[in-house]
Amino acid sequence: MAALRGPAGRFRWRVRAVPGGARGTAGRQCYDLLVIGGGSGGLACAKEAAQLGKKVAVVDYVEPSPRGTRWGLGGTCVNVGCIPKKLMHQAALLGGMIHDAPHYGWKVAQPLHDWGKMAEAIQNHVKSLNWGHRVQLQDRKVKYFNFKASFVNPHMICGVSKGGEETLLSADHIVIATGGRPRYPTHIEGALEYGITSDDLFWLKESPGKTLVVGASYVALECAGFLTGLGLDATVMIRSVPLRAFDQQMAFLVTEHMVVHGTRILRGCTPLRVERLSDRRLQVTWVDLASDKKDTGTFDTVLWAVGRVPETRGLNLEKAGVRTNPNTQKILVDAQEATSVPHIYAIGDVAEGRPELTPTAIMAGRLLAQRLCSRSSDLMDYDNVPTTVFTPLEYGCVGLSEEEAVARHGEERVEVYHAYYKPLEFVIPERDASQCYIKMVCLREPPQLVLGLHFLGPNAGEVTQGFALGIKCGASYEQVMRTVGIHPTCAEEVAKLRISKRSGLDPTVTGC
Amino acid sequence: MRQVKELFSSLGVDCNILELDQVDDGASVQEVLSEITNQRTVPSIFVNKVHVGGCDRTFQAHQSGLLQKLLEEDPAYDYDLIVIGGGSGGLSCAQEAAVLGRRVMVLDVVVPSPQRTSWVKHNWETMTEAIQNHIGSMTRGYRRALREKAVAHVNSCGEFVEHHKIKATNGKGQETFYTAAKFVIATGERPRYLGIQGDKEYCITSDDLFSLPYCPGATLVVGASPAALECAGVLAGLGLEVTVMVRSQLLRGFDQEMAEKVGSSMQQLGVRFLRKFVPVEVQQLEKGSPGKLKVVAQSTEGTEMIEGLYNTVLLAIGRDSCTKKIGLEKIGVKVNEKTGKIPVNDVEQSSVPYVYAVGDVVEGKPELTPVAVQAGKLLARRLFGGRSEKCDYINAPTVVFTPLEYGCCGYAEEKAVEVYRKENLEVYHTLFWPLEWTVARRDSNTCYAKIICSKFDNDRVIGFHVLGPKAGEITQGFAAAMKCGLTKQLLDDTIGIHPTCAEVFTTLEITKSSGLDITQKGC
Repeated sequence: MAALRGPAGRFRWRVRAVPGGARGTAGRQCYDLLVIGGGSGGLACAKEAAQLGKKVAVVDYVEPSPRGTRWGLGGTCVNVGCIPKKLMHQAALLGGMIHDAPHYGWKVAQPLHDWGKMAEAIQNHVKSLNWGHRVQLQDRKVKYFNFKASFVNPHMICGVSKGGEETLLSADHIVIATGGRPRYPTHIEGALEYGITSDDLFWLKESPGKTLVVGASYVALECAGFLTGLGLDATVMIRSVPLRAFDQQMAFLVTEHMVVHGTRILRGCTPLRVERLSDRRLQVTWVDLASDKKDTGTFDTVLWAVGRVPETRGLNLEKAGVRTNPNTQKILVDAQEATSVPHIYAIGDVAEGRPELTPTAIMAGRLLAQRLCSRSSDLMDYDNVPTTVFTPLEYGCVGLSEEEAVARHGEERVEVYHAYYKPLEFVIPERDASQCYIKMVCLREPPQLVLGLHFLGPNAGEVTQGFALGIKCGASYEQVMRTVGIHPTCAEEVAKLRISKRSGLDPTVTGC
Repeated sequence: MRQVKELFSSLGVDCNILELDQVDDGASVQEVLSEITNQRTVPSIFVNKVHVGGCDRTFQAHQSGLLQKLLEEDPAYDYDLIVIGGGSGGLSCAQEAAVLGRRVMVLDVVVPSPQRTSWVKHNWETMTEAIQNHIGSMTRGYRRALREKAVAHVNSCGEFVEHHKIKATNGKGQETFYTAAKFVIATGERPRYLGIQGDKEYCITSDDLFSLPYCPGATLVVGASPAALECAGVLAGLGLEVTVMVRSQLLRGFDQEMAEKVGSSMQQLGVRFLRKFVPVEVQQLEKGSPGKLKVVAQSTEGTEMIEGLYNTVLLAIGRDSCTKKIGLEKIGVKVNEKTGKIPVNDVEQSSVPYVYAVGDVVEGKPELTPVAVQAGKLLARRLFGGRSEKCDYINAPTVVFTPLEYGCCGYAEEKAVEVYRKENLEVYHTLFWPLEWTVARRDSNTCYAKIICSKFDNDRVIGFHVLGPKAGEITQGFAAAMKCGLTKQLLDDTIGIHPTCAEVFTTLEITKSSGLDITQKGC
């Protein structure tokens, strides 16, 4: 076995016969650490290990989407995830602000949105980030290969370049950080031929037009939300419940707001087939699961957002002996991020049971590198990971959902404080604030430890971050209430939650 | 101690004496007493639940007649609490006291400021009208809240006439007298004028700006307070030509590195700063809405004079406490003569034990609405709810709503150095580029994040500073975390929310002492 596991669970580097330097024989190169996948987690791990003096290589290859979309180094987040998503969300929010502006005295012409211009600006930014990642790797002396990698044996991979040239790379430690890609439904006629996914949406040069988004994930809701905000006709088709892993009361309010905001939501429906009409538009036939009634609609674009598949298939994991969960195809890992083969690790979206979030992958990657270099023994703490869904009304959360808190502690031991509030910015333009809602889930017993915080309103991401720290510090309800509010903000409403659900009192905030 | 006992026996008053050195838990009783009263020494004299003080203060109270008044205390008072002034702190105190079942009255009247101008139709009007409507509805909301919680709200001026007694004068000059066991002063502040030729006639204050019925045009803002910079930022953002005249520091009392960055972010927006000048004369050249004014200013460092033409001159040089005409001298409440502010101890008690003060009238405390609200509420709970928690003025988060917002909580760097010494601190900082700014091609090295950690206290975060969009929303949660003992390690261990500005605090690596480059490469 290559790595020794010390009594404290730390790792030691293998004592090598020939220390340091490139030890490559013809067509074969050796590294201390080889990272497969140049996304958030992989790059963070590679850069950290290189900074700590290791010889590191990153192997990254983007398989074009079924629609032929391709992109550069940086993984999902940079190219087809968080970054372009948040920028399109911002573009949509600006539209809303332009609508507010006349109430504040601005004279503005009827706003028109140019998708092409937005897409070009966003794509240029993404390309600059791709370039930035390349430069950073170079600065830190990390070798980068644009190869498609597969295992030859537990210590060696074979990289195939775009031209089909093969290179063998071996390493003491290998980190798999290949992430995932959007799933296409397999039993819906026309799905693959005519549908696109989020991999394509952000790289469209022209407006997608009237769009059907199929799915109930946050990706589905976010995409439909910003498309609506950009003035497009957007429909979301949800088979059962939206935002399944999230607090369901919050999920309900998120979708309720989307409907008010102009997105059409078809609940309890599932598509049967997609056909191309003679005018090149797409006709979708779906069934309402409750009534079994069929219906059709015509769209310019059909976007599948029905989940993601881990990128494990092309890796020849069986040659290395790395085990996966047969249902999810994700790689099984322990608390050290090690797979069933001790010197092979998996981080990010490809690892079983991990949140599919950029910052968790980055932190997991960095901590792994530090452990591999014996700089620290800290393990990644996957509890209390804050996240935000960038729907038109943003939803930020950290800690437990109300359901989960009740499941763990019992209803009698949980106290939920909540409030419907009106953001000051909503007042002048007379925006509807019916869904602006905050909920803090606490233990009932004093000092009422905070278990979870759920915030629905503008800038939820910015609001939630600091409170996530509070929860990490073991904040109690009383401590949060003792925090002086910042006036006038939405965040201050969190520090003013007085009404418990149990009391049955009206949680609507009035006045200052 | 003996003298006090003699005093009470000479007055024929039964008193309950607890000899702390003769009881088992004396030390802990003393601890609790000092918590409640802020007095560590004994004797500690209470009369009818009011803490009078030690020996000296008891005799002073006897001489001033206060002691007799306190001894007479009985339910004959009209109210348990009268709040003078309708500031946020006073209102929150009144509401909380009412919730605790007390009889409470609020005396308040708003005096209009000197400038009142004619009405002209303009775009500006749409905005001010909408904002005024909102303020109106908020005032109605306050009144409703007061009524619902059974607080008597009297629209009159209040003035002390003797101990525990106040005269309320309404708009028609009718006088009514009320008595109460305890009083809270929450009269707040009014904008200050310069005391130069032309200031009251031709200048406006921030109080007037928000109800100004016409567009102010080219504006000179005099002052560098949060209100001054906020007004200047609003006007510049609306496309007006704005100049800010500053005597010395920007945002005095705030972290000066941050204050200068706020200033340069405003300069980027086109705001002009005239540093180290003070106006000496304002002349009206033309009447109108707005008119045309000439301002003559003098350098603070020499005799250099400059002149400028503006449509509007907005004074934001500070505020005067409204503590003058309320008869405080009659009952002996000490007031700082220069500032008009009321010195209080850490339980908001003035020099007269039954008179308290909250909000902007208090000396040496941050002038922030939410702090006043918190202080008022906690005061009511201590007075009537048997609680002992005091207001934490240090970890009160603050945000200056300049175009680029500045949020902070805890110590300014200068203040931290003064309190903890430089060698015991580590400052982590970075410039950052908000994602929304990238596509919009805004500057990549304007937004700034800084934390100040106490090295020998587990790297506890004692100062938090952020200059960037949505700083207000960002700062709130961090303030809650600081209340719970936030450390650098916890910041590092917390997962960021991607992509936000707030997440920058979870990845701070560069210390100021390292001198390393913090600029962001504009890819």
